[in-house]
Amino acid sequence: MKRKIRVLVAKPGLDGHDRGAKVVARSLRDAGFEVIYTGIRQTPAMIAEAALQEDVDVVGLSVLSGAHMALVPKVKEALVAQGMDDVLVLVGGIIPNEDVPALNAIGVKGIFGPGTATQEIVDFIHKELAEPAA
Amino acid sequence: MAPAQYNTVAGLVAGLESGNRRALARIISHIENNSELAQPLLAALYPRAGQAHIIGITGAPGTGKSTLVNALAGLYRQQDISVGIIAVDPTSPFSGGALLGDRVRMRDLAGDAGVFIRSMATRGSLGGLAQATADVIMVLDAAGFQRIIIETVGVGQSEVEIASTAYTTVVVEAPGLGDEVQAIKAGVLEIADIFAVNKADREGADRTAMALQMMLHLGAPDRQQTMHHGRMLPVSLPPDIAPDRQWTPPIFKTIATQKQGIEALLAGIEDHNRYLAESGTRQWRQYLRAATELRMILRDALLERVLQQLGEEAISETVQAVAQRRLDPYSAVRQLLEAYHHRINTA
Amino acid sequence: MTLFNEEQLNQIRNQLEHWETTTLKKTLDRRSERRPQFITTSSVPVRRLYTPLDIADFDYQRDLGMPGEYPFTRGVHSTMYRGRLWTMRMFAGFGTAEETNQRYQYLLSQGNMGLSVAFDMPTLYGYDTDAPEALGEFGKCGVAVSSLADMEVLFDGIPMGEVSTSMTINSPAAILWAMYIVAAEKQGYHRSQLRGTIQNDILKEYIAQKEFLFPPAPSMRLVTDTIEFGTREMPLWNTVSISGYHIREAGATAVQELAFTLADGFAYVEAALERGLDIDEFAPRLSFFFNAHNDLFEEIAKFRAARRIWARAMREKYGAQNPRSWLLRTHAQTAGVSLTSRQPENNIVRVAIQALAAILGGTQSLHTNSMDEALALPSEKAVTIALRTQQILAHESGVANTIDPLAGSYYVEQLTNQMEDAANDYFHRIESQGGVIPAIESGFFQREIADAAYQYQMEIDTRQRIVVGVNDYVADEPIEIPLLQMDPAGYDRQIARLQRVRAERDNSAVQKALAELADCARGDENLMPPIIAAVEHYATLGEITDVFRRVFGEYHEPVHF
Repeated sequence: MKRKIRVLVAKPGLDGHDRGAKVVARSLRDAGFEVIYTGIRQTPAMIAEAALQEDVDVVGLSVLSGAHMALVPKVKEALVAQGMDDVLVLVGGIIPNEDVPALNAIGVKGIFGPGTATQEIVDFIHKELAEPAA
Repeated sequence: MAPAQYNTVAGLVAGLESGNRRALARIISHIENNSELAQPLLAALYPRAGQAHIIGITGAPGTGKSTLVNALAGLYRQQDISVGIIAVDPTSPFSGGALLGDRVRMRDLAGDAGVFIRSMATRGSLGGLAQATADVIMVLDAAGFQRIIIETVGVGQSEVEIASTAYTTVVVEAPGLGDEVQAIKAGVLEIADIFAVNKADREGADRTAMALQMMLHLGAPDRQQTMHHGRMLPVSLPPDIAPDRQWTPPIFKTIATQKQGIEALLAGIEDHNRYLAESGTRQWRQYLRAATELRMILRDALLERVLQQLGEEAISETVQAVAQRRLDPYSAVRQLLEAYHHRINTA
Repeated sequence: MTLFNEEQLNQIRNQLEHWETTTLKKTLDRRSERRPQFITTSSVPVRRLYTPLDIADFDYQRDLGMPGEYPFTRGVHSTMYRGRLWTMRMFAGFGTAEETNQRYQYLLSQGNMGLSVAFDMPTLYGYDTDAPEALGEFGKCGVAVSSLADMEVLFDGIPMGEVSTSMTINSPAAILWAMYIVAAEKQGYHRSQLRGTIQNDILKEYIAQKEFLFPPAPSMRLVTDTIEFGTREMPLWNTVSISGYHIREAGATAVQELAFTLADGFAYVEAALERGLDIDEFAPRLSFFFNAHNDLFEEIAKFRAARRIWARAMREKYGAQNPRSWLLRTHAQTAGVSLTSRQPENNIVRVAIQALAAILGGTQSLHTNSMDEALALPSEKAVTIALRTQQILAHESGVANTIDPLAGSYYVEQLTNQMEDAANDYFHRIESQGGVIPAIESGFFQREIADAAYQYQMEIDTRQRIVVGVNDYVADEPIEIPLLQMDPAGYDRQIARLQRVRAERDNSAVQKALAELADCARGDENLMPPIIAAVEHYATLGEITDVFRRVFGEYHEPVHF
């Protein structure tokens, strides 16, 4: 059986604007991924725990409240703490350009702002998860 | 991808034994993906399993199954009983992807090391789903979880098959979903050991409970029969239980969102658990499970062999012939099997 | 009285058919149209041409009437913007009460006519700034108000009895309102003088914005308590701003926004009636809040249809006698979700078109979004441009010179009728599920909205829908917008104030007030008086909300895609 790509889509923090997260979750499903949707108001610990239990390849975080610089590093820390440093972490939402380098530095590979085509995210995941040639 | 020790059977099994949840999660993935480690892992873990009580929760969409699982597992945790949960949702037939959202309703269980929740997509493989689910149950069992709850959407035969891997099957109903009792339409009435009428604060809950009661009095076909209706390997007869000691499915009213009626439901499940042990039914069901499992594995293995021997092209030609009604499916299978036998005899 | 008689319609029909087979056909034979199908922002197909045939049974007196008269399709005032312009109300709030207070002083000095308070996430969820759940959220998207002390700073030097203040707050609306009342009373005003609005629309939280705390039943009780309290004691205050804005932002179509919002409105009316209130006492204080999106005509039709549906329902279904009960007064805000992070200056133009739609739709007040909101919290410069946009529309464009200038447009009238019909269909569907709350619990609204949002995104992804700078006319230009910098000391100042409040207040009085509040919550008396009492003693927002969390429980939504 072909290996399925599993993606966790979560909204850390308080903000309830889940339109983007839901549209992305649905698009990823339509791209053939198995999407585990955890919904709103997730703490970093809850997200990391779900990522571990579900053994996902990708963790997608949606933050529109501006709290990304506090929340995303905490999620990343919690993932690393349980040995999941290899999981691809993506962030979507309203992320000012000036915060991008700092997020990249902690290992967030993809950052997708408003206006991103969902195919762009799908392609990005496929590219990042492609098995190395060696 | 994962740390190196989790790429070997020995590493994974050692991880599982030491209680490492990452190892457990990885093992489940290997099994779901049917990777080359899957069979050796299953072989290694099989002897460790067999301790857990397996509870199936099934019902139509909108009956509140996940919320009920959340409440039930929460109550087990209060009693310090560990719980593994498998939430099964359908794979999209169009994209092969799936949207698994049951965890949303199980947020009370977050942060508890005595709980492990895994979402599974049906992945649409013929009969393979029930097998994969049974295997994942076995892994959670081997990992030491005392109760394993498997939640499925109660529509159709594959769900019935999954539910049949449980020792205690709870069929969840809810008022106001159109039909008084959804289980009849879904054909899952017969597999119920217990009924839960959830959302019992809604109008019509009493009617639903009453309708169930009536159906039980009318004598729904019992579980033994339904489990025979597939083509099974020969099985031993069910234990001879005096009619007055036969299990009658109790009906519990619950409001899962408010955690009401959950104690009674849990007690009912544990009563059934005891009944299974005392009446000898558990052994019989274990035998049935083994029979079902063996049948499925055998069927898959045989199918795999036939496919390998004959090649995809030959099969698709036959499929085409059946599709165009040049050939009936029974003759088609006969021809395929003849070709297969010819192939292995001349090989 | 219809506009055209049967004979005239027949002539027009013949003429149309002739045109289609001659002039039009010749053109189409030479060159087909740009697209096989044209659709609105809400994916509704739009025809090539609208004629009197599309509004054949249109009846001026029945369907439009005169401005300021039933059914108010043409507007709620008899002179509309010739008498008074809409209120230019810019939603603002960030960081600490001190910073926001300065922004208010600035806005008032720039001709802003009403204040609008945006609260930060923890406040919206009833958490104090130092609650663990508030991690990283302080001052983002709005101002933190954890106690009366913060409210006093927020309005320091602003005459609370003279300004009109709109507060965007929902689950803990009653608490923040109590803080506002007490702060104003401390300035020396009587509560009956206070003018303003609390959003207080919990239903749309379950439907769209998801800032709910408690289950629907106790939440509805809180809303009804505020309606009742406002009716008795604060005649100038709008106790609920029934909001379609967030429903639209969550991905709804214009029709869904219209229908779900009005359905919510009816639910509040019915709850208040059940409480025993007289419809003509409370209905005049209900106000609305709609989104102004990109599709100019669709949006205009939405506002017009909203007024007509509301007026008809209030008069005919609920039996209101007072014409003020029939009025749908509304605030509008341009569509945040339409803003793009690419080529953000383009957003100025989008906002201008959306603002135009709201004005032509006859809104009573308007917030225009800032161009940088898809990137970060708005900077002062961007806010000023957004306000200037309204001023240019008001004074330079000429659209405010006459009332409802698009009335009689075949297209706009047809769209208005179509919206009303489609909304009525939704009302029936909601009713058949037992009303708004059962439909929320079954996920009906959430599913409808998620489907629409998904379709919209697919239209963009497949380029059926062009978004300039996003899927066409794309250019990689560096973004040169100065972003707002928050005062880094703000958080510490806020925490210090909160700690000082907790240390200096009479803690036994606070405990007593909270205990009385809990008792009241378990019973069925109006909750406003004990909330005000707790606030007066400087009980914090988190403490008061916790009382409710304990008594009412917390709500978790069913998730639907």
